[in-house]
Amino acid sequence: MGVGIEVTNLNAWYGANHTLQDINLNIPASHATALIGPSGCGKSTFVRCLNRMHETNPIARVTGSVRIGDLDIYAEAKPVEIRRRVGMVFQRPNPFPTMSIYDNVAAGLKLNGYKNRRSLDEIVENSLRNSALWDEVKDDLKKKSGASLSGGQQQRLCIARALAVDPEVLLMDEPASALDPVSTSKIEDLIFQLKAQYTIVIVTHNMQQAARVAEKTGFFLNGRMVEFDSTHKIFTNPSDKRTEDYITGRFG
Amino acid sequence: MPEIRAPQIPSQKLKTPAAQKPAVPAVPSAVEPSLVRRFLLARGNSAFADRGFHWLMVLCALSIFGIVALILWQLVLRSQLSWHAFGFRFFYQSFTNPETGKPMYWDPVNSLFSAVPFIYGTLLSSFLALLLAVPLAVGVAVFLTEMCPRALRGPLAFLTELLAAIPSVIYGLWGVFVLVPLLREHVNPGLIQWFGWTGLFNNDNPTGLGFLAAGVILAIMILPIVSSLTREVMTAVPHSQREAVLALGATRWEMIRMGVLRNARIGIVGAIILGLGRALGETMAVTMVIGNTPEIHRSLLSNGSSMAAVIANEFTEAVGDMHLSALIEIGLALFIVTIIVNAFAQLLVWAVTRGAPAQTH
Repeated sequence: MGVGIEVTNLNAWYGANHTLQDINLNIPASHATALIGPSGCGKSTFVRCLNRMHETNPIARVTGSVRIGDLDIYAEAKPVEIRRRVGMVFQRPNPFPTMSIYDNVAAGLKLNGYKNRRSLDEIVENSLRNSALWDEVKDDLKKKSGASLSGGQQQRLCIARALAVDPEVLLMDEPASALDPVSTSKIEDLIFQLKAQYTIVIVTHNMQQAARVAEKTGFFLNGRMVEFDSTHKIFTNPSDKRTEDYITGRFG
Repeated sequence: MPEIRAPQIPSQKLKTPAAQKPAVPAVPSAVEPSLVRRFLLARGNSAFADRGFHWLMVLCALSIFGIVALILWQLVLRSQLSWHAFGFRFFYQSFTNPETGKPMYWDPVNSLFSAVPFIYGTLLSSFLALLLAVPLAVGVAVFLTEMCPRALRGPLAFLTELLAAIPSVIYGLWGVFVLVPLLREHVNPGLIQWFGWTGLFNNDNPTGLGFLAAGVILAIMILPIVSSLTREVMTAVPHSQREAVLALGATRWEMIRMGVLRNARIGIVGAIILGLGRALGETMAVTMVIGNTPEIHRSLLSNGSSMAAVIANEFTEAVGDMHLSALIEIGLALFIVTIIVNAFAQLLVWAVTRGAPAQTH
């Protein structure tokens, strides 16, 4: 089951660039939350702060606190432990090209030394079913490489890979922006199903996508969170003028 | 605005020679072409020079094939005598020393020649070199690409590559004056005492020269090429692969193993084989430390010889036609083997790095 995320006074820097400024928000458990905003507004940086991927860049720096469930991820845990609980799907599908489809999905568990083969088979099947890929790949699980799939299938494979470690939170950084419309709608259906089990945070450039999949939406601008509310309110009756300008297409 | 301004500047420059007529409108006069136009019209089409340039470059490119073919032809031609005398047996035969009854491979006085001890020495010293150099080279590459602080990366990479610029005779001198005494005084006695039971370290050669010394020297010499190529193929692995592994909760070592080394492995094998190619053909440094004895010993501390070493050592003193021909046949074998090894290695490295820019995302 998903857990809630509580962000308090989060600030992030790339070198001298103050990319996130005083972010405060509560992301509800087992719901989908969308983050929208123009390019460079800090929304990607924000999700990368939620699994401490931001700090893998040597010039990056973070202050403030993020609680995932009851764990303060900056004060009480190491990045490695957090990333085992918080799955991430990237903008471009990045399956492991030298591994079979099966090994791609099992990668997270094998990495952590999971040995039970029978339950591994089961987990791989469930993850692929959950990512709506099972029917397309079940016949060549161990024959085909992860790179042999189409772009949309690769992205669902990456989702299966993230689901296999049974995360509490799933972060998606523009998961459909490199895909065609058919693949995009498959991914959106998937998010719609998955949000019952996982807390999903999705960054998107596509406002219709945010409106379709998310209960809550946050609008970012210039490193600050301008508005965070129910998706319905954001898209029909935003309280901030800048949000209204953005969603009506007046800038960005 | 910039689209309009850009062409204006050159046209103003072009006008300056023809400044006598400042009031010329933008529409060109059909009667009298401008100075620039006349100049360009007078130039002709340069078709002849262009074709000449084309063929000159083709000739340059073909000369590479020509040189390789000439070398091959000369080697084949000059090794005919030995080839007719021994045939393919040259590469596996042995003779018996009439006095001691022991096997013997190389007897210029009686014109008995076999390449076996040299092939053995070349292979043994090269594989020893790989055994020592590969873990070190991969370690250096991993450190430089994944862990090294930015300020240290440049100088360290530069130093590693500088190792490749040292002439091999300098390595040989260092081997003779530093490495061989060091092995003789401090390393070999330990190896004999602790690992003598394996049969690989016999106490029958007090000089310190031999296969081990050659292997160590070769290892240092192939370190830069293996390490820099490994670094190249590791850098070619897209950043997204590293992030994918990290996002699954990998430690840094797991990220390097699964996200980097696994994706780069074909290229790393290529780098290793390229190192092997270098080691097989290396001559001067090996000649100076291997001991130059045409014998086969299981002990790594024994004197031996290699294909390149025997050519360098005996070519100037080879008086008999058969002796010379046998040396050239060894050269031919070395030539063919190194060409095949290098081509194969380049192919593997190329297979990994060719798609690199497209994959980076």
